[in-house]
Amino acid sequence: MSEPLQNSCRKLLTDGTVQVVIGYVKSPVDSDPAIPGFITKPEDCQRLQWNDLCDLNLVTYLSRPEIKKLGKAAIVVKGCDLRALAVLLRESQVSRENLYIIGMACAGQRSSAAAAENNDAASGTLATPYKCTVCDAHQPDAKLCDEVIGADSVKNEPVEESTRYARLTEFLKKTPEERFAFWKRELSRCIRCYACRQVCPLCYCNRCIADRNRPQEISTSATLKGNVAWNITRAFHLAGRCVGCGQCSSACPMGIDLQLLNLTMAKAAEDNFGGYRAGVTELDPVIGTYSVEDKEGFIG
Amino acid sequence: MSEEVSKEFEPKVVAYVCNWCTYLGADLAGTNRLEYPTNVRIIRLPCTGRIDFNLIVKAFENGADSVLVSGCHPGDCHYNAGNYHARRRWMLFRELLATLGLDMDRIHFTWISAAEGRKFQQVVTEITEKTRALGPYTKYREICEV
Ligand code: SF4
Ligand code: SF4
Ligand code: SF4
Ligand code: FES
Repeated sequence: MSEPLQNSCRKLLTDGTVQVVIGYVKSPVDSDPAIPGFITKPEDCQRLQWNDLCDLNLVTYLSRPEIKKLGKAAIVVKGCDLRALAVLLRESQVSRENLYIIGMACAGQRSSAAAAENNDAASGTLATPYKCTVCDAHQPDAKLCDEVIGADSVKNEPVEESTRYARLTEFLKKTPEERFAFWKRELSRCIRCYACRQVCPLCYCNRCIADRNRPQEISTSATLKGNVAWNITRAFHLAGRCVGCGQCSSACPMGIDLQLLNLTMAKAAEDNFGGYRAGVTELDPVIGTYSVEDKEGFIG
Repeated sequence: MSEEVSKEFEPKVVAYVCNWCTYLGADLAGTNRLEYPTNVRIIRLPCTGRIDFNLIVKAFENGADSVLVSGCHPGDCHYNAGNYHARRRWMLFRELLATLGLDMDRIHFTWISAAEGRKFQQVVTEITEKTRALGPYTKYREICEV
């Protein structure tokens, strides 16, 4: 599976189309999920790998200054990752001319974080992440790519909205008291490592509001008060932008269910703003635009 | 403190209002000698577009039992569209609060113009009474204890 990718990338680096390839390379531990690789020499392209251990969303590296410095990049993306890239492009964080996008047809991934979520404690266990169970992007959108590898190997099937948000709908059956108790338990574990922020392709602020201290908007100590404020902030800053790539929840060392918060914002955007889906629909972004017709039944 | 005083719960209501409409509405209520509960703490901001959700969270962190957010009616914003932008954000924000299981009846959004002194009086009175009935927001206070 990796060979066509390696060949393409070797060619891109040799003829100088790009200066760096951002792709997946094998983990030092054989059966572990792949790690990110930044390949600058044609002869290193054999390190690139493509299989079902490539859950990471590499798009997060594109807005980093140290990566931008490397020159024009080729990036390996799955259909879901590509959605994050579409949002980045729309938000003018990367320029299309400076990118070579390699879309990978993907039948589904496995990750250790998903295994942990399923309480599969046995080390080395891998499981299918939620995003793959509701995926309608097995084939990356060819319009956005310079090249698609494995086209026609898998097909995109539409997935009903109710299926995509099934987890959230189920959660919302709990009473507000039960929900609050749940979040108290979840968020009391947050250690404020900000891994969720670092790994997110769309959390790219140079100075995050959580790091600002004059004035300090969010208490920085890892107590419930600040943890609640931080997690509200993170989720809300991704409102109408999060593409559901699941990186934040899998990066969270405390296994906090960030996905429920992300799904909440995504569903709110889709339900209230004409079926809007970040990185999928070509509608105006939800935040920063408005319509005089917006619902306002809740305003007195 | 005497027992009598501590028994009586006085709700704290924080009102984030825009400078050009609701603040002037409150001012009008004052100059017209319309009485309204002193439970409300008014915080004036340039526009509802500036009323960030972090401010709402901060009010609760600092002991508010209810929060009111209010500004110019649609079409009347002095910066043209601040309230339209705010309206969208509030809409999304409410969904997040619902998932978190926070009390939706402690957050109120209204449009009150500079001419609506009476509406300001009514809104503030209603919110205060409603909050009195709900009691102190102990749920949020608990998470703020270290
Ligand atoms: S969500 Fe779809 S494209 Fe993304 S990893 Fe899963 S199966 Fe692949
Ligand atoms: S918030 Fe999480 S799921 Fe959403 S785009 Fe960022 S990393 Fe992906
Ligand atoms: S990754 Fe998890 S523990 Fe770290 S700051 Fe985010 S929510 Fe908290
Ligand atoms: S100035 Fe009042 S809402 Fe913008």
